[in-house]
Amino acid sequence: MSVIRGDHDDSTSRPRAIAWARALCLATLGWAAQAEANTSDGYNLPVGVTSLSRDIYTLHMEVFWICVAIAVAVFGVMIYALVKFRHSQGAIPDTTLVHSTKVEIIWTIIPVAILVVMAIPAAKVILMMEDTRNSELSIRVTGYQWKWEYQYMDAGEGIDFFSTLSRDSNYARQLHSGIDPNTVPNYLLDVDKPMVIPSGTKVRLLLTSQDVIHAWWVPDFGAKRSAVPGFVNELWFKVDPGKEGIYRGQCTSLCGRDHGFMPVVVDVRTPDDFKKWVDEQKAASKQAAAQGEQPPPTALVLSK
Amino acid sequence: MAQSHASDAAHHDDHHDQPATGIKRWLFATNHKDIGTMYLVFSLIMFFIGGAMAMLIRAELFQPGLQLMQPEFFNQLTTNHALVMIFGAVMPAFVGLANWMVPLQVGAPDMALPRMNNFSFWILPFAFTLLLGTFFVPGGAAAGGWTLYPPLSLQTGDSFPMLIFAIHMMGISSIMGAINVIVTIMNMRAPGMTLLKMPLFAWSWLITAYLLIAVMPVLAGSVTMLLTDHFFKTSFFNAAGGGDPIMFEHIFWFFGHPEVYIMILPAFGIISEILPTFSRKPLFGATSMIYAIASIAFLSFIVWGHHMFADGMPVAAQLFYMMSTMLIAVPTGVKVFNWTATMWRGSLSFEPPMLFAIAFLFLFSIGGFSGLMLAIVPADFQYNQTYFVVAHFHYVLVPGAIFGIMAGVYYWLPKWTGHMYSMALAKTHFWLSAIFINVLFFPQHFLGLAGMPRRIPDYAVQFTDWNMVSSIGGFAFGLSQVLFAIVIVQCIRGGKKASAKVWEGTNPTGLEWTLPSPAPYHSFSTAPEIH
Repeated sequence: MSVIRGDHDDSTSRPRAIAWARALCLATLGWAAQAEANTSDGYNLPVGVTSLSRDIYTLHMEVFWICVAIAVAVFGVMIYALVKFRHSQGAIPDTTLVHSTKVEIIWTIIPVAILVVMAIPAAKVILMMEDTRNSELSIRVTGYQWKWEYQYMDAGEGIDFFSTLSRDSNYARQLHSGIDPNTVPNYLLDVDKPMVIPSGTKVRLLLTSQDVIHAWWVPDFGAKRSAVPGFVNELWFKVDPGKEGIYRGQCTSLCGRDHGFMPVVVDVRTPDDFKKWVDEQKAASKQAAAQGEQPPPTALVLSK
Repeated sequence: MAQSHASDAAHHDDHHDQPATGIKRWLFATNHKDIGTMYLVFSLIMFFIGGAMAMLIRAELFQPGLQLMQPEFFNQLTTNHALVMIFGAVMPAFVGLANWMVPLQVGAPDMALPRMNNFSFWILPFAFTLLLGTFFVPGGAAAGGWTLYPPLSLQTGDSFPMLIFAIHMMGISSIMGAINVIVTIMNMRAPGMTLLKMPLFAWSWLITAYLLIAVMPVLAGSVTMLLTDHFFKTSFFNAAGGGDPIMFEHIFWFFGHPEVYIMILPAFGIISEILPTFSRKPLFGATSMIYAIASIAFLSFIVWGHHMFADGMPVAAQLFYMMSTMLIAVPTGVKVFNWTATMWRGSLSFEPPMLFAIAFLFLFSIGGFSGLMLAIVPADFQYNQTYFVVAHFHYVLVPGAIFGIMAGVYYWLPKWTGHMYSMALAKTHFWLSAIFINVLFFPQHFLGLAGMPRRIPDYAVQFTDWNMVSSIGGFAFGLSQVLFAIVIVQCIRGGKKASAKVWEGTNPTGLEWTLPSPAPYHSFSTAPEIH
């Protein structure tokens, strides 16, 4: 059951009752870890298609299981006490049990040890996440109310376009539109023109905003960062070769009226296909410029 | 000081032994019990108003597509739901409980500063009239989230100055309430009641009051800067003018994180009163409980950055805030272990306050676990601004703070009214609340992990199932709260007479149980002696 990456199979076609039962079953039995899919299965984080998303997933599951273990132990003791020491069953309170320096020291030190065990691998991943050196393709991502602008650098120098909610979704999402969202492909997660990137390449995004704070997120990449006016935030990801496809996410920072309607769509292609796309884009913009259809942005500013 | 009050009391008793009649009793109230009652009633009204907003939110989210409202109005609802619940429901409820119970627990005749007490309450109805009035001005109410992040919050229409002024008034009210608690506890404890002998609820409020005094002015400063950015062309947070929108987040969360603990520490105090009573056994490790509250309060000042990991932060800061946040689990763990040890080898009975306290133990711990997960920076990048965060903070605030308040109300209500309430109705209220709170919020963990951002009025169709479950839980939880109001009203009107100890068969500790029920209008006019 694909959630964000909705292109390969259609989650809505599955009978709802079965999906519910399955999710409920897995959730209650704590089998969440076994659902090793690239994309989210509807109740857990996606493993994703980058090394970062996999590391994050691993950390997430580790901490989750540690929490489950602590919960089983602590809740187990509580439930035992609730059953065993009932007044109605004639339990006599032991009013001398009010203090024990020894156990209090033990249950202070053990949590500290557990926390250290969690913090070390987390710190390693942080250092890796922040290492944006040696990127092969940089794209400047600018948030606007309510769309994204992608300006390519390096090999894609000169490519610059906006990415806006697709027309189908936009019609369907109007109040009283009368259109059933279930009939719209990738409802609210589709754009007119997605960002295109090559697989197997370290891509660095430089995020900023022209108006309010936005946030760019693709769960399958393990990549989320705010786009803040006046700041440039960096993030990087490298999609595994062989994982080409369409990946979807959304703006996650409340940015006004249409915050829920500015999706992020990334089209991952092989490096060769990406090169072809770059050439096509450059040819198209050259042609447009020759016909005078698209004056360069600087000319617009000067003519004011 | 307690001594001198005790001797003065004899002179006062003859002319206002009885409460004034009619509206004057409430308008000019200086009696801590009257003011406490007003705070609690006000808080209950706000709880239902904020709850109505939540029901509208859940109704719109019941299925994908927009059915009921425009996105602007949805954003106004989420923003004001938070402001009303935090500043209108939870905080005034705790101040109301403090007004009623702190003087009774420390053996003082009243709060130290009764006229200021009157003022700090009566600001609130005006503040909230102003806040709720913003729904009716051009441009509607504030819709930028309760966190008020600029530049978005600066796009607010005519309601903006009303919002800021309302927040200033709430802040002033909170600060005055906090001063009153500190002065009462520091100066008016009965002779012989050393600080370490003081009941845990009074202790938790003492620490909370210091947090309030420390951070409410910070909130006032940050919203004042928003105001001048909006109207006087300053550029504190405007990047184009050389300002810094991230600076607002730092200032806001320097207030905001201690604020989170302001909403939970008094609940810790209440739970620490109730568990020993119904376990018929003293609180385990009472001193370490006090130290744990104090450590949590200290740590609350150095963890604010964990709200901002995804907004761009140096690696060193990410590491620091991750570690400091994780450290909070240690004193919180100590508290949970001590509460468990309090029940261990006790003799437990399950009256409504105890039921809420037990639900608090389990469900607050679940909120604690998701909090620990959120502290792990790399994972936080995935969780941040999703429904996982919504699930987390509702688990600590609803079955945490609000169940704590309800436990406290069910514990002390007979002491206030002199009547026992309907145990059957209160238990029904408990079971409905405890079940539906989980139906409401547990699926939101799944929604967040599966990729649903928070604060959106409409969502992709794969999120439909869990949203429907959550909405059904929301409506059921909301309706169950009507029972709470019914129990309270019935209890005020009459019922079986409550004894001084109220909870017969247990042995509740604390000075409040030495007074008859209802507690007389003037209590401890002569200070009790503590041995």
